[in-house]
Amino acid sequence: MVSKLSITLFAIVALTTIAHAQDKSSDVIARGEYLARAGDCTACHTAPEGRLFAGGRPMPTPFGTLYTSNITPDPDTGIGKWSADDFYKTMHSGRFPDGGLIYPAMPFASYTKVTRADSDAIYAYLRSIQPVNQKNKPHELRFPYDNRQLILGWRTLFFTEGEFKPDPKKSAEWNRGAYLVEGLGHCGMCHSPINALGGTSQSEAFKGGLIPMQNWYAPSLTSNREAGLGDWSIKDITDLLQTGVSMRGVVYGPMAEVVHNSLQYLNDEDTRAMAVYLKSIAEPSPPPPASSTLPTSESSLLISLGKTVYDKHCASCHGTQGEGKPPHWPPLANNQSIEMQSAVNPIRMVLNGGYPPGTKGNPMPYGMPPFAGLLSDNEIAAVVSYIRTAWGNRGTPVSAREANELRSAPLN
Amino acid sequence: MFARTIALAIAIANLAAFDGAAAQTANQPPDTMAARVEACTPCHGNKGEGTSDVYFPRLAGKPAGYLYNQLLAFRSGRRKYPPMNYLLEFLPDPYLQAMAEYFANEHPPLPQPAPSEVRKDVLAQGEQLASSGDANRNIPACVSCHGPGLTGMQPGIPGLLGLRAAYISAQLGAWRYGTRTAKSPDCMQLVAGHLTEADVTAVAAWLATRPAPANPAPVPKGTYALPFGCGSQPN
Repeated sequence: MVSKLSITLFAIVALTTIAHAQDKSSDVIARGEYLARAGDCTACHTAPEGRLFAGGRPMPTPFGTLYTSNITPDPDTGIGKWSADDFYKTMHSGRFPDGGLIYPAMPFASYTKVTRADSDAIYAYLRSIQPVNQKNKPHELRFPYDNRQLILGWRTLFFTEGEFKPDPKKSAEWNRGAYLVEGLGHCGMCHSPINALGGTSQSEAFKGGLIPMQNWYAPSLTSNREAGLGDWSIKDITDLLQTGVSMRGVVYGPMAEVVHNSLQYLNDEDTRAMAVYLKSIAEPSPPPPASSTLPTSESSLLISLGKTVYDKHCASCHGTQGEGKPPHWPPLANNQSIEMQSAVNPIRMVLNGGYPPGTKGNPMPYGMPPFAGLLSDNEIAAVVSYIRTAWGNRGTPVSAREANELRSAPLN
Repeated sequence: MFARTIALAIAIANLAAFDGAAAQTANQPPDTMAARVEACTPCHGNKGEGTSDVYFPRLAGKPAGYLYNQLLAFRSGRRKYPPMNYLLEFLPDPYLQAMAEYFANEHPPLPQPAPSEVRKDVLAQGEQLASSGDANRNIPACVSCHGPGLTGMQPGIPGLLGLRAAYISAQLGAWRYGTRTAKSPDCMQLVAGHLTEADVTAVAAWLATRPAPANPAPVPKGTYALPFGCGSQPN
């Protein structure tokens, strides 16, 4: 009797312990999934209509096409044989477990800042997903970029290994935001100028740049003349990041992808932390705008045609004074993305239109019609010149040639 | 007691949110699908009736299941047309479903067919293929799947009326060359694979001359049996 009871008790204790251990590991896996969302791993490592994290997505670069790798736990074709150490070293130092060099299209210059605990959680999550047996496709890089030894030079110039170091003078919230933006969020991959070597120097971090191959301009996060958020409210920033729309503007193009696959899944605290950090890195004194290349008489004709086009096609949504009906129909007056030095994004929006991402907070977004088929190059240039200079906007006119060149910009 | 307090707090919070929303609606876009699909209208028309561009199809009145399948295929890139692929890339399934239903429920009148520019014997060949097919070449009649009135069948088979010859011919070409594909068994790819370019020209030209029938609505699911399996129209 006594022994039976003790066996039963023992069994209960054992079961409880197992259940507890499982709880704990499922917590880690859930946290890893959350962090993998924050790192937007799926954007590259899942192909359209492909299996989750099985790779194979082509990534066009100025140096040739890279194919993303299978990071499912399949032992032969994925990372099933990797240890947590291997995974951390790859994230942290940009080298495969055998020491091989990874192309910096993988944002290891950002992921190096991820803590060991977070790396382990992502590893645990990736171990828990369905393994997919799918061989990695070899990269198609042109000579001489097919020589991986060149990456050593790139690393010397542009890669500083090391986990995120909190700034003790700043709040815990600011540091959390900095950790997410600079680390897993890898925002600097697009929002920093990319030089001819495909690298970004530390001093240029978050200063904006044209995204190679995609022909969208990723605005500066430090200049208030671009996407600097210095004069945005925290709520407008968190709305933009979580739902894709805000009272100040809406995300389209590559940033719609980031909100769709990654940012909408972040919790309120982390989103707020990112907003606090992003608002703080905006620099107060903007540089003066570049002067227009168009002669004055030509640009005033253009702007007058632009007003005609605007009143006919745009004013019904964006308002006669560019006030819009935010958040769904964004304002164009006092909208940094319209005024900034690069006119690529406003030209592309007029040509291609676009939908903000469908998110939990905005599941049925309103869309902007494409006007490529309705308006001539001259009309596109005119209306973009108009919205860049009307209502106190301080942008510069654009030429029909610029509009024409962007007609052939890739759409996906 | 505790639960009641919570419930009350939630009710108050909801009221506050409702008030806020009501105050904002004055300066908000209409909360309608028509306003949400304005991005579609430069190419497809305000009610999905099509535009003067002969390569952009009419959407209105097509079965919602067909339209939804096309939206999914454009979103994933399975059906390739970059301007459409780009617009839909980050839109969720339920929203695409709502868009499909919106255009399926619009019924602007079918256009008057334009006079055909092809010779009479070509039109006759098109009529022959569309109405009877060619058994020797394994080509089924269009009407055997798209219906005797060519109005399509719920939920997945589109009507072929109100489309211009240029669009029909471009789509048949896309099926033949594999740039347009659908769920397996991909019936249209099999059919188009048996067509010659002359067949495509003839069928497209004849279909574009068809006048509107009295009832242009797609017939209900199961009205007639399909001659072979079709992934887009599961049994």
